[in-house]
This record gives sequence, structure tokens and C-alpha cells, in this order.
Amino acid sequence: MAIQGVLRPGYVQLRVLDMEAALVHYRDRIGLDVMMTDDDGLVYLKAYDEFDHHSIILREAPETGMDFMGFKVASEEALDAFARSLRAAGVPVDEIPADEGRYLGRRIGFLAPTGHRFELFASMGRSNACPMIDNPELWHAEPRAMRAQRFDHCLLYGDDIDGTMDIFCRLLGFVLTEQVVAPDGTVIAAFLSCGMKAHDIALVRHEEKGKLHHVSFLLENWNDVGHAADIMSRYNMSVDIGPTRHGITRGQTIYFFDPSGNRNEVFAGGYTFYPDHPVRTWSTDEVGKAIFYYERALNDRFMTVVT
Amino acid sequence: MTVRHTIRVENCGDHFTCPEGEGVLQAMEKQGRSSIPVGCRSGGCGRCRVEVTDGAFKAGPMSRRHVSEAEGGQALVLACRIYPRSDLTIRLATPAFRTAVEK
Repeated sequence: MAIQGVLRPGYVQLRVLDMEAALVHYRDRIGLDVMMTDDDGLVYLKAYDEFDHHSIILREAPETGMDFMGFKVASEEALDAFARSLRAAGVPVDEIPADEGRYLGRRIGFLAPTGHRFELFASMGRSNACPMIDNPELWHAEPRAMRAQRFDHCLLYGDDIDGTMDIFCRLLGFVLTEQVVAPDGTVIAAFLSCGMKAHDIALVRHEEKGKLHHVSFLLENWNDVGHAADIMSRYNMSVDIGPTRHGITRGQTIYFFDPSGNRNEVFAGGYTFYPDHPVRTWSTDEVGKAIFYYERALNDRFMTVVT
Repeated sequence: MTVRHTIRVENCGDHFTCPEGEGVLQAMEKQGRSSIPVGCRSGGCGRCRVEVTDGAFKAGPMSRRHVSEAEGGQALVLACRIYPRSDLTIRLATPAFRTAVEK
């Protein structure tokens, strides 16, 4: 199957209270590489197995949370087509010109009904640190710290998840892979894929708009999840829960917090999704297993702690 | 020898000690206590918001969403980001607690 339209999550910009502390966390603990710092003090990072210039952008600010999340699309033509269909559906779209200094092609952006800003882009520069392509070794130098391979997805909390889901599924070509549904039929949580992963973005219904539940990084295997847990204890990092497993997506996971309280996840595994697969549905009485398969119960932070 | 201060939680009468220089919430958790709700432990989520009614402390970075600068002056703070300099008396001021009280 050829993936067309939206390819994958490309980047996320996070607000942190203290840049120095954030860099220790994302660079020295998770193992991302700092690619550049721009004139405004924003720091651009990427994981060792990513080709594009950056995937995580950190902005020092007095309030924590997410500024925006960006998805990479297949071509400039696809980008134009998405701008047209969003506008035709009444979604205001803004356009940001290419910015070579930040390795970015032109972007389009829109505000989703849940209050989150999303951007789409078709091109981003590469750096010397991208994975090898000729007689490719596994890596240039052995991965550091938690050995995160890539920025994988975000789980976002907001009020009108039906509206945001509608934009992603009807206009951007995402498919609902898995959901949690209340007895009255209300969708409480939705997991959406734009390719063959179990999810590229997830949404949970929540009274406030524009909240971030977590930013997730892929690890190679369960053993690396254990290695990440070792690092979290060694450096007294704030752990939410894990190592454990999700029933939803089947990912093996740890939730933890950056030094500003933004939740991160490192995970491995998860099933392969094909577009002909049926939607998998969890009822609210089994939501404990859906979220934390081994504990079989939510912790009280899952529904309440967001930035 | 590190100086330890006593932290009293007005709402429930719980008290525990906190070494000078350590976060109040972190010290509480280490001692297996749970009178203050635990969130991110990093000044971001607001779950451990308390009002300090008596005592002196140093504060670390806290998200402005949960503690405005004015509120910081009124000693409304996040327990994970305050480091006692004396014994402290605190009162829960979390959104969840406020809802419970209003009911």
C-alpha cells in the first residue's frame, strides 16, 4: 500500500518553564540531539533515527503545554489540496512561508475544534545527523540515554473531540483504529492513524480546550523500555506509571514527566494497522485494561493531569 | 546534618517532615503519605496547589496557568515546587478540592 496524503507526525512545539532543565531531560535523558537554537531562543531537537532536521521544538515560556503539532504530507500538491478541502469545509487556514534558516518548507496551519493548533508541511531540510543511506550502518554513533528512535505521536485532551476527529478523518484521511465508548454512545477516547501505526494522534474528551496529555517517543524494544526505567530511577525523574502495557494499541510503555510537567511517553511495540481493519472498541467498564493492561485500572492522574 | 522542617496540612491534620531544600510534595511521597494530590511533580499541572498559611519557603518555577504572579505573592503555590525554610502550615487549594468543598 502506498501511503499518500498525510505521512506521519513531523514535529511538536512544547512550552517549558526552564530551558536548561528541559535540555538535560530531552537531550541527556531521552537521548535527542540538539540541532540548533534560533534567534528567539527556541531549541530544535531530533531523535537519532529521524531523517528530517527536527521533530521536537522547545520554547521557554511561563506556562507549560503544547504550542502546535505538525504533520508531514506527501507533496506540495497534497499540501495545496489539504488547504483547499479545509477551507471548503469552513476551517480557516493560515499559510506560513518557507523558512530556510529553520530548515522548514512552507506550512499551512489551522485551529481544531478542541483548541489545538495543527500544521501541515511537505518539506523539511535534512541534517548531517540523519541516518545513513549508502551502505547504511545502524547509526553514526551508538544512541545515547533512552535511545529514542523517533517522535511518534501525541495524545491531546479537549472538549469537542468529535469536531477534531471529523477534520482528521474526513478531510485529512486519518482512520479511526480504536476507541473507548461510554454506554450512551459518547466517544471518550479516539485513536487515529494516517498510515500503518496503531495511532499517530489520539484524543480524549476533557472539559478544557487545547490540553496536552503526552508526547511519545518510540524505543526499539521492551528491553529498551526497561533501560529507560533504569535511567528514570537513576536520575530521580518524575514517573507517572510503568513500565506497563496499553490494551489499546498494545504498546509497552512508561509515562513520565519533563521538568516542566509535560507528560512524555517512551514505548515499544504496538500492532500494525491496515486500512481494512475494523475499529476496535473498548467499553468504559473495561477502560482500566484498555489504558493500563497490567494494572487493569486507571491511575487518578490519567484523566486529570494535563498541561 | 540536613535541617528538617515540619509540614502541617490544615485540612486533614496530617503532618510530615521535609528536609530543607527538598520539595514538600516529594518529601510527602517519600514518607508514604498522600494528603496532597500528586500530579506531574514538576510545576506544570497544578494538581498539588496549596496555600501556605504560615512559614517561609523558597519557590521554583511553576506554570503561570495555575499560579499567577499575584497569587504567588499571596502564597498560593504548587507543593512540588516549594522548599521549606521553616515549619510550614498549608491548606489544599487544588481545583478538585475546591469542587468538593463547594458541593
